[in-house]
Amino acid sequence: MAAKTTKDGEGLNIPNRINALPVKRPGPVVAGVIVAFLAVMLVYGMVTNERFEWDVVWKYLFNENVLAGIGWTLWITVLSMVIAIVLAVLLAVMRKSINPVLRGVSWFFIWFFRGTPVYTQLVFWGLFSVLVPKLGLGIPFTSIEFWSVDSQNVVTAFRAAVIGLALNEAAYLSEIVRAGLEAVDPGQAEAAEALGMRRSLIMRRIILPQAMRIIIPPTGNETIGMLKTTSLVLAVPFTLDLQFATNAIANRIYKPIPLLIVACFWYLLITSILMVLQSRLEKYFGKGFDARPADAKGKRAPYDPKYPGKSEGEPKDDVNKMNQATFTGLTA
Amino acid sequence: MTENTNVNAGTASQATTVPAVKATQVHKAFGSLHVLKGVDLTVMPGTVTVILGPSGSGKSTFLRLINQLETLTGGSIEVDGEMIGYKEVDKGGQKVLQTLDDKEVARQRSKLGMVFQRFNLFPHMTALENVMEAPVHVKHESKSKAREEAVKELQRVGLGERLDYYPSQLSGGQQQRVAIARALAMHPDIMLFDEPTSALDPELVGEVLNVMRSLADAGMTMICVTHEIGFAREVADQIVFMDGGVVVEKGGPEIIDHPTEPRFKDFLQHVL
Repeated sequence: MAAKTTKDGEGLNIPNRINALPVKRPGPVVAGVIVAFLAVMLVYGMVTNERFEWDVVWKYLFNENVLAGIGWTLWITVLSMVIAIVLAVLLAVMRKSINPVLRGVSWFFIWFFRGTPVYTQLVFWGLFSVLVPKLGLGIPFTSIEFWSVDSQNVVTAFRAAVIGLALNEAAYLSEIVRAGLEAVDPGQAEAAEALGMRRSLIMRRIILPQAMRIIIPPTGNETIGMLKTTSLVLAVPFTLDLQFATNAIANRIYKPIPLLIVACFWYLLITSILMVLQSRLEKYFGKGFDARPADAKGKRAPYDPKYPGKSEGEPKDDVNKMNQATFTGLTA
Repeated sequence: MTENTNVNAGTASQATTVPAVKATQVHKAFGSLHVLKGVDLTVMPGTVTVILGPSGSGKSTFLRLINQLETLTGGSIEVDGEMIGYKEVDKGGQKVLQTLDDKEVARQRSKLGMVFQRFNLFPHMTALENVMEAPVHVKHESKSKAREEAVKELQRVGLGERLDYYPSQLSGGQQQRVAIARALAMHPDIMLFDEPTSALDPELVGEVLNVMRSLADAGMTMICVTHEIGFAREVADQIVFMDGGVVVEKGGPEIIDHPTEPRFKDFLQHVL
């Protein structure tokens, strides 16, 4: 059934209006009944199966270690995503640079961090202070050193977790950003150049904002993925996140299933909130691309009597534009 | 590279008027495709030049060369007496050309306004924001001043009522008029039009041509690549017919009705 609430042409005088019966479709009804039946069975099973131990779930749902775990998980997610996004934009711009060294560095970064498992990378970052005991400032290839510090104090477990996740994520995101940048019509950059704008300004003011529309949905997806990837930080080992916190309680009281449910509950709740945020962002960066603006206040095009037949928001030049885009190379 | 001897960049002391655009033996090749094969053209300030020609004749490429959206393969183009894209430098007592940096190119471009066939408005900005963009971010004008001027420019092209509309909410003709206002907001000396009405529905062509006509009446130097013969006959001071990468015929608007070259005659028969 379509989600239409009003009929076409309601309130209009159409003398020969058709009120036909719909096509008979027994299939959807049968399928609906079966699925609903299965769903009821599932819920019934979950509620009545005492091995789920809902009382234990309830008892630990707001346990202070669990709540602290949520905090750490969120903090790691946000930090590593922010670092990853900044790095990803940098990598994507480098990848499109005219400088072959920058292009090479970007390519290598993506190749390495996308090509090895994030778990392995996290273990590496955990061992960083073993690999490089001291971080210092001095003259390279000599023993002269002005300042140094134990890397153990710099790369803490928390920082190792964030760096590990961020670098890995940046590699994936940069490909998303690159796809977004490449999807922007080259005519946009030309028009901006013709106005006297320089490359960096064009990137910042014209290309990136338009690319965002393409970049946001997969980035939201990646953020949700990151939320759950944080459960791997025990590889560092970092032991305060939600997954580890619930697991620790489960091991203590020998009840793994109810605490898995606690973890699932919180992950789902946060994911739901992230989904709402994502759709908000999509609307914001989609402004101007939809015939209806994101904030419809006073910006909606009214019916323009100068062009009868051309009603509000009609995509007037879509087909034309596509044709033009196809043929523009030929008319040079 | 043979025509650089007569290039005297920046000789403002000349008694005669400096041409707005002077192209000398311009060549352009894309890979092995030789698009322009020695184009000469002089455009005097305050005049309107219309370039006619079939598809693939190189007229759009020529326009894009003037604005440095493409780089010259050979020959030279001067804008207001200044060679574009390159400067002459001494290298071991020998004069050679050096490519200009981004900043110089941007400065040279600021003399030229360009209107594209596909409008190329910034879709994420309203009409007003489109027009304000370059004055604010290139010329660093204050927002209030830029806004005031942008409103004026949009009123001039008849869109004073459409300031807060996004391009997707405007008809093709309205979008193209915003694009013209956007170019004018930078106060260019010369306006380049690259088939400004070719992507429009027939009933919307007139409103764009009207704006261009009033711009010509106001004394703007214009170079238009177009297929609108009527507009050319009425507004142009100079008609240039290009085919196969060369200028085939050049003259006043009367040559539309009295072409001499058979290729031009043939072309006019097909478009009129």
